[in-house]
Amino acid sequence: MIPAPTSLLAELTHRCPLRCPYCSNPLELDRRSSELTTDEWKYVLAQAAELGVFHVHFSGGEPTSRPDIADLISHARDVDLYTNLITSGVLMNAGRLDELIEAGLDHLQLSLQDVDAPLADHIGGLKGGHERKLALCRELKERRVGFTINAVMHRQNVHNVGAMIDLAVETGADRLEVAHTQYYGWALKNRTALMPTREQLDQATDIVTRAREQLEGRLVIDYVVPDYYARYPKPCMGGWARTGLNVTPSGKVLPCHAAESITVLTFDNVKDKPLRDIWVSGEAFQAFRGTDWMEEPCRSCERRELDWGGCRCQAFHFTGSATAIDPACSLSPLHEVLRSIAEKDAASEEAAFSYRQF
Amino acid sequence: MTGAVPQETTVPVLGRGVRLRQNRADGSWVLLAPEKMFELDQVSAEILRRVDGERSLGVIVDDLAAAFDAPREEILRDVSAFLQDFAAKRVVDL
Repeated sequence: MIPAPTSLLAELTHRCPLRCPYCSNPLELDRRSSELTTDEWKYVLAQAAELGVFHVHFSGGEPTSRPDIADLISHARDVDLYTNLITSGVLMNAGRLDELIEAGLDHLQLSLQDVDAPLADHIGGLKGGHERKLALCRELKERRVGFTINAVMHRQNVHNVGAMIDLAVETGADRLEVAHTQYYGWALKNRTALMPTREQLDQATDIVTRAREQLEGRLVIDYVVPDYYARYPKPCMGGWARTGLNVTPSGKVLPCHAAESITVLTFDNVKDKPLRDIWVSGEAFQAFRGTDWMEEPCRSCERRELDWGGCRCQAFHFTGSATAIDPACSLSPLHEVLRSIAEKDAASEEAAFSYRQF
Repeated sequence: MTGAVPQETTVPVLGRGVRLRQNRADGSWVLLAPEKMFELDQVSAEILRRVDGERSLGVIVDDLAAAFDAPREEILRDVSAFLQDFAAKRVVDL
């Protein structure tokens, strides 16, 4: 019996007014003309709820680029899903925000690129973007909708992690995600300009750890560490095909948002098959579900059901084999290679970004 | 665990972005929060179903004492600790 997924990442569109160099979208972006229609998304949401999903995360790209976003939120609530909007916030004013809350939005996650407007706008690649985000923060303070700030950290902004926590408190956010960049897609392309030093990472970790204690009950801080300096791999997605699934703008169903980088896999589309069949028996979902697919040393490792073999995308990227041990693990023959790549990138003078583009 | 100790007059309310939902499959209750889900046991569910932003802690405790025919003092202690714990997680506002 395969357990039901609990969350759905609905990537409504790849269109976005920002151009962040660490965007988690694939390098090959879906065009507007290939996006699912409103009715197709509604059918996906209904099927997801039926399958057992609790949370739907409307993401992108920028999900509010879609004129039907309020309609989709409303439909998600009708089928009893918890609705989260993952947004850059730059396309939203007070009226639009009220429309989405009225439609049943439970929670909004706003990205901030930095605390200083010039640097934030430089990272996001949109002039005036930061100021628009702060304006939205002021609106959110007054409203009954859950509010999380998401701050992606890297070498060019990690010195501001303390100031970011202060800003989160000031805005009245309920929650802050401090997420060190994960190196896939655009971030992998920009790794040399983004990788922090080990020392920067440790300092940031100390600051977050202290703030977490001081702010308990006021601000929840979730912290995502980069795995290039780690000893054990991260339990990516909480295990492949174990709790979550992702639908791309064109309707492909992925076990994780970066899964298409594993080029030997094929992915089903919601236009061709019921979501339940894809989750239960789709080739890509079955490929690394559970522990049967593992090779040694993962197979007999006592941590196999803690980290679930780490990240398949990273294993494939570095070894060419998606069943190989994740190089983030200290037992991998490539572990030292990964660390030396991180150290070399972190020491680089490179500051220029390859911005995300179609 | 830190934060305010609730008084009998305190009116607890679910935090912003937090919602209680019943499972269609088995009737059990879950508390949905951003990126989190708490599967509730029967006791927790009975408490949280009464956290509606209108009833005070005192009223909730009276209610539970009547419903479960249990000593009021014991219930007050348990419910206070429970709410304090959930307030630290920003799931309940006190």
